[in-house]
Amino acid sequence: MLAQHSTVSLVRPCFLSGSQVVLKIIKHYQEEGQGSEVVQGVLLGLVVEDRLEITNCFPFPQHTEEDADFDEVQYQMEMMRSLRHVNIDHLHVGWYQSTFYGSFVSRALLDSQFSYQHAIEESVVLIYDPIKTAQGSLSLKAYRLTPKLMEICKEKDFSAEGLKKAAVGYENMFEEVPIVIKNSHLISVLLWELEEKSTVPSKHELLSLSSSSHLEKSLQMLMDRVDDMSQDIVKFNTFSRNTSKQQQQKHQYIQRRQQENTQRQSRGEPPLPEEDISKMFKPPQPPPRMDTLLIAGQINTYCQTVKEFTSQNLGKLFMAEALQGHNS
Amino acid sequence: MKYCPTCRGSCVKLSSSLASTLPPQTSRGRHLTRDFLWKNMAVYGPVVKIHPVVLASIADSYERRNEGATRVIGTILGTIDKHSVEITNCFSVPHNESEDEVAVDMEFAKNMYELHKKVSPSEAIVGWYATGFDITEHSVLIHEYYSREAQNPIHLTLDTTLQNGKMNVRAYVSAQMGVPGKTVGVMFTPLTVKHIYYDTERIGIDLLHTTCASPSRTNGLTSDLAQVGTSAARVQDMLTTVLAYIEDVLSGKVIADNSVGRCLMDLLNKVPFIPAEDFESMLNSNINDLLMVTYLTNLAQAQISLNEKLVVL
Repeated sequence: MLAQHSTVSLVRPCFLSGSQVVLKIIKHYQEEGQGSEVVQGVLLGLVVEDRLEITNCFPFPQHTEEDADFDEVQYQMEMMRSLRHVNIDHLHVGWYQSTFYGSFVSRALLDSQFSYQHAIEESVVLIYDPIKTAQGSLSLKAYRLTPKLMEICKEKDFSAEGLKKAAVGYENMFEEVPIVIKNSHLISVLLWELEEKSTVPSKHELLSLSSSSHLEKSLQMLMDRVDDMSQDIVKFNTFSRNTSKQQQQKHQYIQRRQQENTQRQSRGEPPLPEEDISKMFKPPQPPPRMDTLLIAGQINTYCQTVKEFTSQNLGKLFMAEALQGHNS
Repeated sequence: MKYCPTCRGSCVKLSSSLASTLPPQTSRGRHLTRDFLWKNMAVYGPVVKIHPVVLASIADSYERRNEGATRVIGTILGTIDKHSVEITNCFSVPHNESEDEVAVDMEFAKNMYELHKKVSPSEAIVGWYATGFDITEHSVLIHEYYSREAQNPIHLTLDTTLQNGKMNVRAYVSAQMGVPGKTVGVMFTPLTVKHIYYDTERIGIDLLHTTCASPSRTNGLTSDLAQVGTSAARVQDMLTTVLAYIEDVLSGKVIADNSVGRCLMDLLNKVPFIPAEDFESMLNSNINDLLMVTYLTNLAQAQISLNEKLVVL
């Protein structure tokens, strides 16, 4: 009933060194992100042996109307050059993005992550969910494309046959990388100081029972996706019906031709020239499979988030019951 | 500031002008310790509100300083209000410091500020920071430069050398002092420092704080149900502390405090009194909702995996 989602972590974890990465990402969204816009930025760090360590990050400006004279690449290069002067690691090992209720599986994400992973094998994309964080628990997940998906992206073969060959299902698109946060002693001292001096008490949002609006919104997004999916399925069905109809028509045509030819032969006339069948019956375009795969992946993510959410809430409800039981 | 001969340096005797700015009960003549001063010094100037991201960045740049450098400096960015200054961002600036001279890379500072402005146009330079315990003469020079960039810049110090066993965060503003007409000096007057957080920042800090507890200083982000578990454990700890206090009061070990008693009364009244059947029905309907949602999501997942298999046929 309560399906616990244990991501089989045969994947080595990636390390977040120092708290400034987490805090910077939180701050960036808080200050610059409004509503459903995503904020993005670059992660800096280094690759130690086969382990990825993220030590710093910097944000990207939003896409505004002054897009024409703003050069993203130049901004990135300048930023990294400057950071090198102050001994901050200037190897960009990944990127981060905020998400709105967990919807991040899209073509754009795939492309960006592919270009990063092509350069550095270990790079990850950090997805930060601010709404879930505001509900009580820091929601930061790291994803990487599976090697199978990398192969496909390299070939740029997104047709049905390509996907079938590589046997990529929606479950094998992304692999989740567990995150471990590491703090040095100095930062630990700082954290203890902050704890002592903080004027705002620690939040207990996590234990609040009134989170049904979040659930509603997630379900709404899930429904939208399922609608997209069903449209896609309808398209695919029409396609397969058309192909089979076309096959039938082809058969019929060939048969008629053969009949006519035999008749003509029996009458002693030269047979009709073989016409190019493929030109007559143009096969219909197969619908692109990649979008379906992405939608399926997105639905999967939504479902997982909702399940985690329900398991949390059930726990809280049982606690509330125990509390009432004591009183009454 | 002159050192008092009686307590050999642990207190400070004030000059009369400063002492007059203090509230009456702490007037001149008393031996004041430094810590007491910091708490009660006149708030001349704005209140400084710092976000934790700034402090974490400063500590990190300190850890990455060049060989031989004893401290790092950098610019702090933020917003200025009528009565307060909110510091939200910072970046470090390379500099060289020796006995008699100091060199700061100003070009770099300008460039970095331009880059930062592209991301958050509302942030302005409000001052500069330095790690270390005290203010040196070089700081005066650097402060002078920054007063060209910003009106009344704030100087922030983070004590990474852990004097007094604490990492103190202090903020200063410069003020002119001296006799008019003769050489004018500069004095740094302290300001009140407050730590403020966004909600999400507070939750982030809570999580980061758990790394302090583990011996390897690491922490993995746990699954959701486990987080509810840890929160519940925390509440349980708090309840045991409160219970212990109540036991002590009842057995007479501790004198009862009325304000604490009133808080306890509030606490007990917060749990709503709902008749059993109503609560049962509410609980059941909620559980039913959640179970239904779980069922539907499982159904959706089965659907997409089925679709996948069919398409590949």
